[in-house]
Amino acid sequence: MTEFLGNIGYNNWVLDALLVIPLVGALAVLSVPAGEAKKVALGVTLVEFLVSVPLWWTFQIGTAAMQFQHAYPWIPGWGIYYRVGIDGISLLMVLLTTLTMPLAVLGSWNYIKDKLCPYYALLLVLTTGMLGVFVALDLFMFYVLWEVMLIPMYFLIGVWGGPRRLYAAIKFFIYTFVGSLLMLVAILAIYYMVGDATGVYSFAYDHLLENIGAVGSWGFWLFGAFALAFAIKVPMFPFHTWLPDAHVEAPTAASVILAGILLKMGTYGFLRFALPFFPSEAMHPTVVTIVVGLAVIGIVYGALVAMVQPDFKKLVAYSSVSHLGFVMLGIWALTQASVAGAIIIMVSHGISTGALFFLAGMLSERRHTREIAAFGGLAKVVPGLAVVLTVVALSSIGLPGTNGFVGEFLVLIGSWGPYPWATAVAATGVIFAAAYLLWALQRIIYNKLDKPENEHLPDLSKREILVLAPLLACILWIGLYPKPLLDRIEASTEHLITTVQEQRASVAPTPGSEEQVP
Amino acid sequence: MGMAIDVTTPGGFVLALLPELVLTCWMLVLLVAVAWRHRDEGDQQMAGQLALMGLVSTLLVVLWMWVKGAYPETLTGMIALDGFRYATSAIFLIGAILVVMLSLGYLGRERILVPEYYVLVMLAAIGMLFMASGADLIVIFLGLELMSMAIYVLAGIDRRSAFSAEAAVKYFLLGAFASGFFLYGIALLYGATGTTNLTQMHYQIVTLGLETNLMLLAGIGMLLIGFGFKVAAVPFHMWVPDVYDGAPTPITAYMAAAVKAAAFTALIRVLLHALGASDAVWMEIILWLSVITMIVGNLIALAQTHLKRMLAYSSIGHAGYILAALASGSERGAAAFLFYILAYTLMTLGSFAILAAVGTRGERDVRIDDLSGLASRRPWMALAMTVFMLSLLGFPGTAGFIGKWLVLSAVVSADQIVLAVLLVIASMVSAGYYLPVVMAMYMKSAPSEDAHSGSGLIGAARWVVGIAAVLLLLLGVWPNRVLDMAADGAEGLRPAPTRILTD
Repeated sequence: MTEFLGNIGYNNWVLDALLVIPLVGALAVLSVPAGEAKKVALGVTLVEFLVSVPLWWTFQIGTAAMQFQHAYPWIPGWGIYYRVGIDGISLLMVLLTTLTMPLAVLGSWNYIKDKLCPYYALLLVLTTGMLGVFVALDLFMFYVLWEVMLIPMYFLIGVWGGPRRLYAAIKFFIYTFVGSLLMLVAILAIYYMVGDATGVYSFAYDHLLENIGAVGSWGFWLFGAFALAFAIKVPMFPFHTWLPDAHVEAPTAASVILAGILLKMGTYGFLRFALPFFPSEAMHPTVVTIVVGLAVIGIVYGALVAMVQPDFKKLVAYSSVSHLGFVMLGIWALTQASVAGAIIIMVSHGISTGALFFLAGMLSERRHTREIAAFGGLAKVVPGLAVVLTVVALSSIGLPGTNGFVGEFLVLIGSWGPYPWATAVAATGVIFAAAYLLWALQRIIYNKLDKPENEHLPDLSKREILVLAPLLACILWIGLYPKPLLDRIEASTEHLITTVQEQRASVAPTPGSEEQVP
Repeated sequence: MGMAIDVTTPGGFVLALLPELVLTCWMLVLLVAVAWRHRDEGDQQMAGQLALMGLVSTLLVVLWMWVKGAYPETLTGMIALDGFRYATSAIFLIGAILVVMLSLGYLGRERILVPEYYVLVMLAAIGMLFMASGADLIVIFLGLELMSMAIYVLAGIDRRSAFSAEAAVKYFLLGAFASGFFLYGIALLYGATGTTNLTQMHYQIVTLGLETNLMLLAGIGMLLIGFGFKVAAVPFHMWVPDVYDGAPTPITAYMAAAVKAAAFTALIRVLLHALGASDAVWMEIILWLSVITMIVGNLIALAQTHLKRMLAYSSIGHAGYILAALASGSERGAAAFLFYILAYTLMTLGSFAILAAVGTRGERDVRIDDLSGLASRRPWMALAMTVFMLSLLGFPGTAGFIGKWLVLSAVVSADQIVLAVLLVIASMVSAGYYLPVVMAMYMKSAPSEDAHSGSGLIGAARWVVGIAAVLLLLLGVWPNRVLDMAADGAEGLRPAPTRILTD
């Protein structure tokens, strides 16, 4: 297998192919009759997934270096190149994306009824944008894709969304846009500062990372600009208000993509850019207090708000705020276990929450409402759906044996050392999660079957099983045997932690006088 | 090495002014033609096509001179022969060509039968070319007046519309006022340095150490007020909304794009070339002008419900971004300006073309909400308008982004990070009024069955929109060639800051 892949030069073209296939597919979707659009889109996303799968094996374990790297000139006069490459962290994100997309297409199969061609074309363009963000190793390219991705999402929410879609779409757009524009200024500032210091003006990730010392006392401002952009995307506590609106109004597939992949871009940004570029700023005691504090507030607040939501989709949306809080806590605890745990949560949140959104979509397709109170006793009517919903909810709670447990457990152990108090409070989030999800489960699938509308609901169709089965498989696989995932990210996390700590040590004058760090 | 032109010989002088002369000849031909035939719509079409031919051939002449790399043998001529002149002239001519194409169908639809319209468009273009080529304040002033006179008349060309007349009178009064300031500024600069020639003025300032001379500073101040009116910088912008609103839409587009670009061109040449030694003084002023122009323009645009007024105020905001490029006081800023006005000309003309197409019952009354459902009825028009709006917003993938990015990078490289932050904050505000246009077109349903049935791009306007949209996307993804041209155009604009003559 590896030999065959080597013969066809897989490593040289795979990342380009992943970026190009959806774009070509989008054009194809636009040129076929509306009835065929979803089939073409499914085909394209499946091809995309199959192309990406061998990455899992050809990826070399045990090295933190960027793999599959290559570059072509784009605007060489300004040091802008099309540069791509992945490490363990991006590998998981890329595979999560390519796995989610065919499911998103399949999940939209009957749900989307009008303007089919543009809908599927936008999904495909979005795929390129998201993958581009995860593989870009040029800050200009990263920024462009980070922004371009907004447009398809804006249209998906605004055109095919629920009743308050206009408000949700523009709120989503403006929040993200606000954060990212300041990041653009920061990117340009780094470009010129590093360029002036080294004489080489380039947006290359490696070049900027190596010479980041040139920014000197501007570090805090630049870190702030990056952190704001990423914190909005995560979303961290005070910047989270776009999320429930966007999630609730978006069509099912867009919610799945938002929760599954888009939110991960924020935490990915912290791991790839904000932390390695500005270690001493990020680990400054004040910043640490703020970030860890907000992460913990997010965990508890998200869980508490989720508990009182009458709307199932909104409940899941707020649970995302809570889960992403764990990721931020894990990243900032900066131990091997906690960072690895954070990355595992990024993956497993994509899978579990994606599945929950699919299930919420399936429920509302059947009953045309998402109110939890409208259901009850579904276990008798739709046993298949009830079983899946239970398993997925348990995985989201973090039951041992499911994917949710692995990540949260690692984050909690890893963070205990550096921040015992914060970790203790964060752990209550797990309990709250059990409370809101189990309570919701009780009201939806148990209780009495007291509403006549619920008596004749159809159980899962073959297509719906097809959507959920891969997610269930991942839930159990990651829950029972997460080692392959951990192997692939180990070198990258270790590298991240050591570089951050080394740089911090080299910048901080002496331990004990950390307040004097500029 | 390029083609050396000795402007002291008659042949060299003709060669140096070749684009202006070619366009003037065409203008005279057109004048004779319309004097002879001006009875019906057919005659007017002929006039438009003649104007188009004249503008295109002049564009070819400009490009020829640029490719040949024509440069002057003596440094202190009245006519500039450099990349900056060729680049800006080409952009004005592209703007004028698109305006003529837009007018071909528009005048017929609005039943405006004035074939002299095209003569005036060409006359204004000649004025712009002189503003680009003037290396002497007198030449620049003549160009400015020539352009302004033509535009005053064009603003009021629709004789039956009271708003058009109001626009013309307002523009004329304030324009005359601005010209007065401008002329007074020239007089003061002459008083301080004893010359109106830009290059000589620079050396006089450097040699005599006049950088902070009071009379010079007063002259700079007067000049900036005059230019401030022409480029519509806040607080000299009060005329903009009413004039832009009342003038016929293609003329509004002409004013918003080419006229403004011409005024900026002259401003940049004067500031960088003649007054570069006093940059500490004017950079500060331009910086503040830029900040308030961006903020005020964008904030007021946010409150507009009518498309035409919204575009008018947004053009004030864009003037602020261009001023920010200028506030960096560098050739990099001038290169950013060149790319920006090219993109800006395309997106402005494109969006006004769409406005003209949907405004069959009067463009003044088109509310943003009236675009509801346009995407389902006129998908291509809606798509093009989306490109224009995103480009105006400065969204990646469009030329507007590359332009804004160049401006930002000029600002950041001059260490004016605060200005850069204010610029992006202003851009964020602009999302609040560009996006609703997209939202109305795609996400709201048409108010009635027959909505948009009358709207449509007429004839050549289709080409204007198509060309603009495709070029904006192309330049947004692959700007390399044009970036090089812009850098080339800005090179050498700022004379060496050293005191060459004294050392």
